[in-house]
Amino acid sequence: MGNLIYTLPELILSVGAMVLLLVAGWVGDSATKAIGWAAVVLLALAGLSLVGAASHGGLVFGGLYHADAFAGFAKVLIYGAAIVSILLSPSYFERMGAVRAEYPILILLSAVGMGMMVSAADLLTLYVGLELQSLAAYVLASFMRRDIRSAEAGLKYFILGALASGILLYGIALLYGFTGTTQFGGIHAAIAARGVQTGLLFGMVFTLAGLAFKIAAVPFHMWTPDVYEGAPTPVTAFFASAPKVAAMALLTRVAVEAMGPATFEWRQIIIFMALTSIVLGAVAAIGQTNIKRLLAYSSINNIGFALIGLAAGTQAGVSSVLVYMTVYIVMTLGSFLCVLAMRDADGAYVEEIAALSGLSRTRPGLAAALAMFMFSLAGIPPLFGFYPKFAVFQAATVAGLFWLAVAGAVGSVVGAYYYLKIIKTMYFDEPAVPFSDHREPIEGGLIALSAIAISPLGYLAIPLLTAWTMAAARALF
Amino acid sequence: MIGLTHYLTVSAILFGTGVFGIFLNRKNLIIILMAIELILLSVNINLVAFSAYLHDLVGQVFAMFVLTVAAGEAAIGLAILVIYFRSRGTIAVDDVNRMKG
Repeated sequence: MGNLIYTLPELILSVGAMVLLLVAGWVGDSATKAIGWAAVVLLALAGLSLVGAASHGGLVFGGLYHADAFAGFAKVLIYGAAIVSILLSPSYFERMGAVRAEYPILILLSAVGMGMMVSAADLLTLYVGLELQSLAAYVLASFMRRDIRSAEAGLKYFILGALASGILLYGIALLYGFTGTTQFGGIHAAIAARGVQTGLLFGMVFTLAGLAFKIAAVPFHMWTPDVYEGAPTPVTAFFASAPKVAAMALLTRVAVEAMGPATFEWRQIIIFMALTSIVLGAVAAIGQTNIKRLLAYSSINNIGFALIGLAAGTQAGVSSVLVYMTVYIVMTLGSFLCVLAMRDADGAYVEEIAALSGLSRTRPGLAAALAMFMFSLAGIPPLFGFYPKFAVFQAATVAGLFWLAVAGAVGSVVGAYYYLKIIKTMYFDEPAVPFSDHREPIEGGLIALSAIAISPLGYLAIPLLTAWTMAAARALF
Repeated sequence: MIGLTHYLTVSAILFGTGVFGIFLNRKNLIIILMAIELILLSVNINLVAFSAYLHDLVGQVFAMFVLTVAAGEAAIGLAILVIYFRSRGTIAVDDVNRMKG
């Protein structure tokens, strides 16, 4: 019983999700709005519960679960992204005529899984958490079940996701077999004592490959554009934010905590994934005409930069990964909020980049916000998006990977091209059919909030962010 | 005498069959679901073989968890397949191509 207090956030979310599921079953879809707000309150409560033992408890449940500062920090990001994904959904689903009470509940269940992922201290917890998150995500991707694109997105996500889980599991089985334990600490000790044998190396490669799929790093990225395009936009916004943070935190924890003594071996894999992700994310995005597809490639590109921080393998590197993910989810959620504001006069959603033509004249506020997010994603200095890129490059340089930082900087210049193309479309092209003037107060408020966060004002938060992420990173070493 | 290596070999062959089943099959989505099950079961053989070899129960407990999750995964996979078939009218792999690029 004594251990339960450490899993308070997961308990709040899972019990709450079950109760809300009963309410949804009883009342039906008319209760969707109330259930959505209840889910937001539950996520906020779960976030508040992190203040106590849940983020300072250390290793609990017989070494299965880590209630440390690292997990606490990742959970704050995850819950924040989940709250935004719920808040932006009602107006979308109302317009599409697909209001269903299950949406907030699935987000809650997915958040439970993500909480388990970032707190995993054992391969078993890792697997169960990952599956809980993924199973909810497969359903979310095909949420608009009468829409052929949504169904296809769900199908593709499911097949490739299940394949990735299989690959991950195969790696887990090999790690277990060659180290004799499933606990991260035990694997760490076994590698330190016996070195890296061939079987163990295979296990590490398969495990990293399975996790790379979840963060959509090249060469396991092929599902991303299709799923991002086909899934309903609020779901895409969710996929691009919370699960990315969870999977990245999990990958960091596995790499550092379980495979720490084999840093030299996994660093090569991470560097390969980082560079190919940056290049492919930048090059393949150029020809895209659909803004959601473009943002999918942008997320692949950004994950590449976060992996540079991980490749450093140091405490500063881990801290820079967390900084990167924090700023990244603000930028990406802001971009998707702007995509949601792209509606024609009838209120139908538009996803073509060409429809943004001359937006600066018809909707100057929206154009300015989107321009800020694009500049920030490209990492152009006055905006806050520059700082996380600087942090990962700095960590890589200090760790002796100077050439990697240079390659990353070159890659970010190439990547800036397609972000600038969008800005050119908005500011210098002749106006296309203007968007509907109907504004949503929540949507507008969230866009303004994220635009302020990534504006140069964000630099004021650096001391706080650094202190917090350093404390989180210290928990892993 | 059948030893650990034999089990690992069988498991590796099954895993390879499953992966090829996903990528080479162009006919039917149901076959892909079967290939996914094959992959998960090959992992289970691995886990149980290691568990017996190491005299450690964790591997068998893990195999139980994998079986349970695999059941949930199959249920969700079939559900998605059904809604896909309803709107598309086919489950041929080559027809899953509404989105490209």
